[in-house]
Amino acid sequence: MAMLEVSNINVSYGNVQALWDVSIHVEEGKIVALLGANGAGKTTLLNTMTGMLKPTSGEVTFKGERIDNLPSDKIIEKGIAYLPEGGRLFPEMTIKENLEMGAYPSTLWKNRKPDLERIYGMFPILDERRSQLSRTMSGGERQMLAMGRALMSNPTMCFFDELSYGLSPKMAQEVFKIVKQLHSEGITVLLVEQNVYQTLEIADYAYVIENGRIVKEGEGHAMLEDDYIKQAYLGV
Amino acid sequence: MELLKRSFFGGKAAKIQFFAIIIAIVVLFFVPNFGSAYLPLFLAWVITYAVMSLAWTLFSGKTGYVSLASAAFYGTGMYVQAALGSNLPIVVSMIIAAAASFGVAFGIGLVTLRLRGVYFTIFTFGLSLFLNKFIHWYEVKFFHTKGHMVLAYDNLTVYYCVLVVFAIFLLVVIPMNKSRFGLALDCIGQNEDSAQHVGVNTTMTKVLAFAVSAAPVGAVGAAMATTIGYVDPDIAFKLLASFMPVLMAIFGGTHSVYGPIVGAIVFYSLQDYLLRELPGAYMIIFGCVMVAVILLMPKGIFGVIDTIIARRKRGFDGEVIGDV
Repeated sequence: MAMLEVSNINVSYGNVQALWDVSIHVEEGKIVALLGANGAGKTTLLNTMTGMLKPTSGEVTFKGERIDNLPSDKIIEKGIAYLPEGGRLFPEMTIKENLEMGAYPSTLWKNRKPDLERIYGMFPILDERRSQLSRTMSGGERQMLAMGRALMSNPTMCFFDELSYGLSPKMAQEVFKIVKQLHSEGITVLLVEQNVYQTLEIADYAYVIENGRIVKEGEGHAMLEDDYIKQAYLGV
Repeated sequence: MELLKRSFFGGKAAKIQFFAIIIAIVVLFFVPNFGSAYLPLFLAWVITYAVMSLAWTLFSGKTGYVSLASAAFYGTGMYVQAALGSNLPIVVSMIIAAAASFGVAFGIGLVTLRLRGVYFTIFTFGLSLFLNKFIHWYEVKFFHTKGHMVLAYDNLTVYYCVLVVFAIFLLVVIPMNKSRFGLALDCIGQNEDSAQHVGVNTTMTKVLAFAVSAAPVGAVGAAMATTIGYVDPDIAFKLLASFMPVLMAIFGGTHSVYGPIVGAIVFYSLQDYLLRELPGAYMIIFGCVMVAVILLMPKGIFGVIDTIIARRKRGFDGEVIGDV
């Protein structure tokens, strides 16, 4: 049984259907990638799995429990952390306050202090700048902060949306290194990316989504060799 | 408990603030003994506006949802007093008024706080107008008259009543700003989607804050109704009661609890003076002051002070004016 199971979900914004009969599963301890162009439905799928959108049909289960009818804070408490596209930080709040918000759900809030120390240990740069406003940080530092905020909830599974977007190649590599490190510590990762090559290099399994439908899936390295992927996403 | 400790005794600044508030309230308690007979009424109005302005800041200042509903909550309080004031002690009717305003705000919030931006503002503006017209219709239909008498109290009693509301509100707001709830409100103001992502139930948080901010406004409305002795819909739901708290808060600055208070003191004093000395020109001068404030100090008086302190600390060279 997969850790995360999405079965045949349909999602609509009003009259416009964004996801059609989408199914994915993520095994514990794996890195799974979700690839696709802008507007393909990647973020919609993430928003559905994190309780921001409700599917019109189908279900999402996490560790065997249905989560598609739960509010976001309950899903976070179950161990899913979500790093939205662009980090989505709170610009006028300090680094410390931004991190604290990562432990907002009530059961986590009480234990936020040790979590804060753990994150400072992971990202020393955040420790040095605790009381700096997040808007004064560079793009890479902001991404670190966003990761730190996501990890505040002690997740067993992380969704990363467009981690490398807007970062320099060097910084992007840095960020992927952190993902690999989290993975080696036992965290299951769902990566949503446009940076197809780098993502497939580290992914165990990958799904390709187009126009709201899953059109292809397979092992990460096998996908790198796939003709369709090569043509459509790698430009070779 | 830990939150209260941190808010009032955590660090030097918090301690100074706590004792300053206590001293200020004690002083305010005795001040009426040393002034003219007009002083308690004057101070009661200043405190009323301070409460309204602080209440506006608590919700709109934090979340960025500009509310023009102050008059609706204030008027609700006045009408509760008109209805119950003759039979109940003023303290009891004030508590009921606070609860009524809380209820109105909660209900309205549930319906409207899914609206964003200017739509919310327009709705809250309409709410005051609606209550005005509705109560007018109700009075004429069922009582065949416009307006109600309110049992009058002496100015000193009213003054103590609003002072107590002010003190309680201040001692609630300061820890609230530092609490998880206050942080969630800040988050909503800065990035509502993101607040949702980290698990904030944004709708409930907004509705609750809106309702909490309405309660003290209802209470002071009830108290002040007794100084007028009569309410009708145009007095209770006067539009100025919606706009003044906003102007005062912007003038003082919405990033601390002192901004709205200072704004209320300065604005009400100015209004009081101009109304007496230059009744014809008062609105013109008022308008000019407001335009100047928005142009010259968009973050209010306390924003200017903050900038000066920050410059001192950084030695004039390090101010980072942020990109986002």
